[in-house]
Amino acid sequence: MIDSFFNLDVMARVLPAIISGMWVTIGLSILVITSGTVFGLALATLRALQYKVVNLFIVFFVDAFRAIPALVILMVVFFALPYVDVQLSGFVTAWLCLSLVLAAFCEEIFWTSILSVDKGQWEAARSTGFSFLRSLRYVVLPQAMRLALPPLTNRAIAIGKSTALASVVAVPEILNQASSAQAQAANASPLTLAAIAYLAIFLPLVVMSRWVESRFAWRQ
Amino acid sequence: MDRLIESFLNPEVMRTSAPYLVRGFWMTVKLCLLVIPLGVGLGLVLAALRTLQRRWLNVLLIVYVDLFRAFPPLVLLVFVYYGLPYMGIVLSPFLAVALAFMLNTSSYYGEILRAGIENIPQGQWQAARSTGLNRIDTMRFVILPQAIRSVLPDLVSNTLEVVKLTSLASVVALPELLRMARIAQGITFNPTPLVLAAGVYFLLLWPFVRLLSKMERRRIVTAT
Repeated sequence: MIDSFFNLDVMARVLPAIISGMWVTIGLSILVITSGTVFGLALATLRALQYKVVNLFIVFFVDAFRAIPALVILMVVFFALPYVDVQLSGFVTAWLCLSLVLAAFCEEIFWTSILSVDKGQWEAARSTGFSFLRSLRYVVLPQAMRLALPPLTNRAIAIGKSTALASVVAVPEILNQASSAQAQAANASPLTLAAIAYLAIFLPLVVMSRWVESRFAWRQ
Repeated sequence: MDRLIESFLNPEVMRTSAPYLVRGFWMTVKLCLLVIPLGVGLGLVLAALRTLQRRWLNVLLIVYVDLFRAFPPLVLLVFVYYGLPYMGIVLSPFLAVALAFMLNTSSYYGEILRAGIENIPQGQWQAARSTGLNRIDTMRFVILPQAIRSVLPDLVSNTLEVVKLTSLASVVALPELLRMARIAQGITFNPTPLVLAAGVYFLLLWPFVRLLSKMERRRIVTAT
């Protein structure tokens, strides 16, 4: 068992591949989290303007991307769009799809948090002469963030983990590197190494999310 | 426009691929009916063990929960399906999926239920115990009903994630909805089945997404 799961020879051989996979996983995660959060916040801001038609579109987008599994979205973009001559690389596909999924969840989180801020705060800010955007930015959002931060952290971690799905569209991230190494070496050690790599990246974040959760708990 | 319909919503392809998608759909349902009770059950055990307040046990439970929350579920599945055979344990795709997702989802359910149980004031325990209920009955009749109500949105949200999670089973060739859609796509040389599968997931889960939004909003209104 040690030979097939902790084979040091095999591990030493695949280590460079796993490490390069780690950079891809980390890079893709950072890209997705940045663009997803920014887009989600933009949508929530747009929704706060209360244009009926626009809001209908936003709600539909958010609901769709919360209801359809990320892997299904990935498959549709990667395998269906080429039929209409839109050919995206695996990396771009993963970035685009996961960003949209994260944006949908973030919009919902931001929007619910904005709603939680008392109406009087808006009115007070507006009556001092603040524009809509400045009220949102300097008065409402800072208060909303307290409620938004714990679920945002959890969502960000979850989407970071789901970059593993990119292995299905041949992005050379950790899991993809490990699976091909495992098939080549006929040995499970690359998978063990991949598991360790994921733990090294995500375990600290999971522990941190525990801290964020207790620090910003609603009932204190 | 014609080209879009031809490729994505082709009626003829829909007809040919419908039987595949229906079979896949039932497999997805079967998977959910297996994975959700397993996850909730084990999660409940994890949460209940936390109430015993044994220090070493708590450390073990936290390690278990954090470990399986840190692994991407797909990595866990690949490990179980492609790794365990090297130990002489060969699982069918169905069992591999059930095992991997049970480990993953139970840690999430466990955390949610633990938070719910901690929400209930100590007085409830003391009152229940003083009426002569034993530990298990106190848990079952007094604490859990209140705890579950207090974390219901999180439970619904996690269950939604579990249903979506089952699509990963396609990676180990389990013939669930996504896998069958891919097969149908291969047969018809047309991506309509994929679009259709996305539509099925959407129709299936949309009511729950709506419900969840409502629940979240209500929770905030009552909290503020």
